Amino acid sequence: MPKSKQQRQLFYIIPYGIWLVLFVIAPLILLLFQSLTTQNGHFTLQNYATYFASGTYLLMTFNSVWYAFLITIITLVISYPMAYLLNRLKQKHFWLLLVILPTWINLLLKTYAFIGLLSKTGTVNNFIGLMGIAPQQLLFSNWSFLLVAAYIEIPFMILPIFNSLAEINPRLAQASRDLGANQWQTLRRVILPLSMPGIKAGIQAVFIPSLSLFMITRLIGGNRVITLGTAIEEHFLVTQNWRLGSTIGVILIVAMVITMVLTRERARKSSRNRG
Amino acid sequence: MSNEPTPIIEFKNVGLSYDDNSVLKNIDFELEAGKFYTLLGPSGSGKTTILNLISGQLTVTYGDILFEGQVINHVPVEKRHMNTVFQDYGLFPNMNVFENVAFGPSIKGKSKKEIKAKVTEMLELVKLGEYADREITELSGGQRQRVAIARALANDPEVLLLDEPLSALDYKLRKEMQYELREIQQRLGITFVFVTHDQEEALAMSDWIFVMNDGVIQQNGSPEDIYDEPINHFVADFIGESNILDGIMTADYLVHFTGKDFENVDAGMRPNERVEVVLRPEDLDLTTVENGKLVVTIDDQSFRGDYYEITAIDDDGNEWQVQATNKSKVGERVGLTFDPEDIHIMRFNESENDFDARLESYEDDDDNAKK
Repeated sequence: MPKSKQQRQLFYIIPYGIWLVLFVIAPLILLLFQSLTTQNGHFTLQNYATYFASGTYLLMTFNSVWYAFLITIITLVISYPMAYLLNRLKQKHFWLLLVILPTWINLLLKTYAFIGLLSKTGTVNNFIGLMGIAPQQLLFSNWSFLLVAAYIEIPFMILPIFNSLAEINPRLAQASRDLGANQWQTLRRVILPLSMPGIKAGIQAVFIPSLSLFMITRLIGGNRVITLGTAIEEHFLVTQNWRLGSTIGVILIVAMVITMVLTRERARKSSRNRG
Repeated sequence: MSNEPTPIIEFKNVGLSYDDNSVLKNIDFELEAGKFYTLLGPSGSGKTTILNLISGQLTVTYGDILFEGQVINHVPVEKRHMNTVFQDYGLFPNMNVFENVAFGPSIKGKSKKEIKAKVTEMLELVKLGEYADREITELSGGQRQRVAIARALANDPEVLLLDEPLSALDYKLRKEMQYELREIQQRLGITFVFVTHDQEEALAMSDWIFVMNDGVIQQNGSPEDIYDEPINHFVADFIGESNILDGIMTADYLVHFTGKDFENVDAGMRPNERVEVVLRPEDLDLTTVENGKLVVTIDDQSFRGDYYEITAIDDDGNEWQVQATNKSKVGERVGLTFDPEDIHIMRFNESENDFDARLESYEDDDDNAKK
């Protein structure tokens, strides 16, 4: 019996294993291999040396991290109060659905919609034109980049925060008030710590993809903000320098792993952060 | 009543409705400082609603709630001088035992030293002195219960509100906690308002009981009053086991039921008034057919440890619950006997005030009869 059970488990693992090898492990090895070899296949650290010696690449790295950080902060500041509010509504799941709905639309379509809104002859400029203000350059600015990126990422921040807030027993807020805490103190000392898992998950879901954004940087930011995502795209598609592209890719993956480690659930001495 | 000090809590004609649904109707009562009060009733009777009105989690639809003579209808929860022990404890899972108990004092901005002293004192009080550093998830149900009590008391409340706090504990632990709660209340001398659906718990712990049903206080009084002199069918049935029969008050101190007249100790009713007669199972004794005031047939019996619970049926088909020390035989015909003072008479639709006035009118006679 135990043998057949083991066999069955093995059978279930096969599709997952194939997926993992083909689409995760193999590409990672390829990326690492490319970044560590020369054209002729000899081992080299030259690509990394080029990367770390170049002020441009370091600036890009800084830009990537800095803008991903800004996008994460903006979405968090907007999403937390929103998730908190949604949780208090009667039809909360309906309103949550409305927030999530835009994620069902293709990213490129949403980006183009923003071009229509923000361009010199776009909706926003038409509107402020009615008030007698001359058309403004809205597209291709850092601000428009942050706006659109935050807009796109907000649902991914709201969802985990909403879920973690929904899991908190309403009794705890009641108990906190009963013990003399006002609403602000209750939020700070009870609700916020208990929704930390949601905040961390939201940060992961927003910060990591934001590190490698390139479509929005090009279409909305007009390549004024050049991030590592843009650099990778350039190396693979334009300059055809796959080895340097792979090197930047590896560095990006390392940055993501660091983010994951920093925001992971720390298991305290007991299962403390549940509830 | 008028010479007494200001009640710590007073309800003046308080009502609460949701939409058109009335949850509480015309509630009037006064609570004296330093006593153990119990709100007793089945679920949906409005007892927890009263507790939530006192704590401020709910606001009255009409009427006034007073704390030490001041109307507090709109004082927010966090500004009231009372704390609650919740049914599910409501302990903060992100804090350990110490931090939970320290929550109230630290919100009040007490110094670290004061907080530590207070928390230590409270944990000692609930016998959890060693548990300060434990996580909540590491505690048993009974220990969580104690933390909840310590946390509520750490704020030095003048009134402690307890919402069915013992209902999640097993029987033995519950008994133990009843005793301890009573002891804590007497030691601290603060007012306890305890909500429960368990009549045994209410009788064991309280100075004063309010029996609730359908959003109305049915009766209030000392545990003895409520048990011995239930005002109506609901109270008699809810508190303890009862045999309730229809009867007629033939004259003062004479009641007619099951086709016979019986001497009793109630008076002050209209001649030939229709009434309900209450006889407690523990007041009934089984005897021989010749010595019995009534003759019944044993229908069923079950062993309850310290007594046999017997169901018997009389010749009119009425069912009788009897607690007997000796075993009987099912199907046997036996006599049933009781004393005149074991008979309690309830009038239909008598208000609490009328009931109290009537009792007072012949109380002296009654006392003499008992002696």
